[in-house]
Amino acid sequence: MAVIKDAAPAVGTKAPAFSLPDTDAVVHSLGSAPATVVVFTCNHCPYALGWHERIIAVAQEYAQRGVQMLAINPNDATRYAGDSVDAMRDRVRAGEFDGVPYLRDESQEVARAYDAKTTPDVFVIDEDGVIRYRGAPDSDLEDASQNAAWIRGALDAVLAGRDPDPVETPPVGCTVKWREA
Amino acid sequence: MHVELLFWEGCPSHPQALATLREQMEALGLDPASVDVREIDTDEDAAEENFIGSPTIRIDGVDIVDPGAQPPGLTCRVYHRRDGRISPTPDPADVREALEAANATATERSS
Repeated sequence: MAVIKDAAPAVGTKAPAFSLPDTDAVVHSLGSAPATVVVFTCNHCPYALGWHERIIAVAQEYAQRGVQMLAINPNDATRYAGDSVDAMRDRVRAGEFDGVPYLRDESQEVARAYDAKTTPDVFVIDEDGVIRYRGAPDSDLEDASQNAAWIRGALDAVLAGRDPDPVETPPVGCTVKWREA
Repeated sequence: MHVELLFWEGCPSHPQALATLREQMEALGLDPASVDVREIDTDEDAAEENFIGSPTIRIDGVDIVDPGAQPPGLTCRVYHRRDGRISPTPDPADVREALEAANATATERSS
């Protein structure tokens, strides 16, 4: 479960490589997909839950274009029991992730390496491993018609060899629940 | 009638909830400035207040949405809108309904 690079990354720089287990202990890493979406998310936050279906729909619709999505839960489950691996597994088995690997960042090293702020916090990474978008899924959780437009726009741009617009937005959601020192 | 909004700064939804609450109070002829806004910032305070998440709105000490069996803690509260969507704030219709019911009770008591 090592993080290979631990400096907080900016858009335009290399995404930290990582290897994390999913809820069945299968280890996943950033691959060589034409684009990869890394989403820091969790089980208990209304922002993460409210945006969840929109985000998973992106994974389904862009899979045929080779896009990979990895969902990562970094929250401290000792203080937030709803974010335990068992609770994560329950959601996966209930079909809520529809094939998207739901990874456990038990050490929180990956969240720290990405400087993840909230759940959700979205990173779109190109085939060279460069972060091309970072921020919220779209501009308004309460407006379903937004439909994760910022993720979709970033993916469309990256797959077409263009720069996304916007390249960065403020992440919106619950703060990542860090372990107490 | 004592209307409270309890919030935790780590969750960004309380300004929207407060705005909705004040709009609904004004629509019912209640003083929107009378809302008692209180910050909950420690686990101890959350436990003492039985605060299950931010924001929480109470009228005369009663939560406007059934808190269920959620444990107290410093977190964002999950609400369900009337159309089934998950939201970080209560449905405005739920806020209005709770205010109307409490206002009716208060009016009955005073008459």
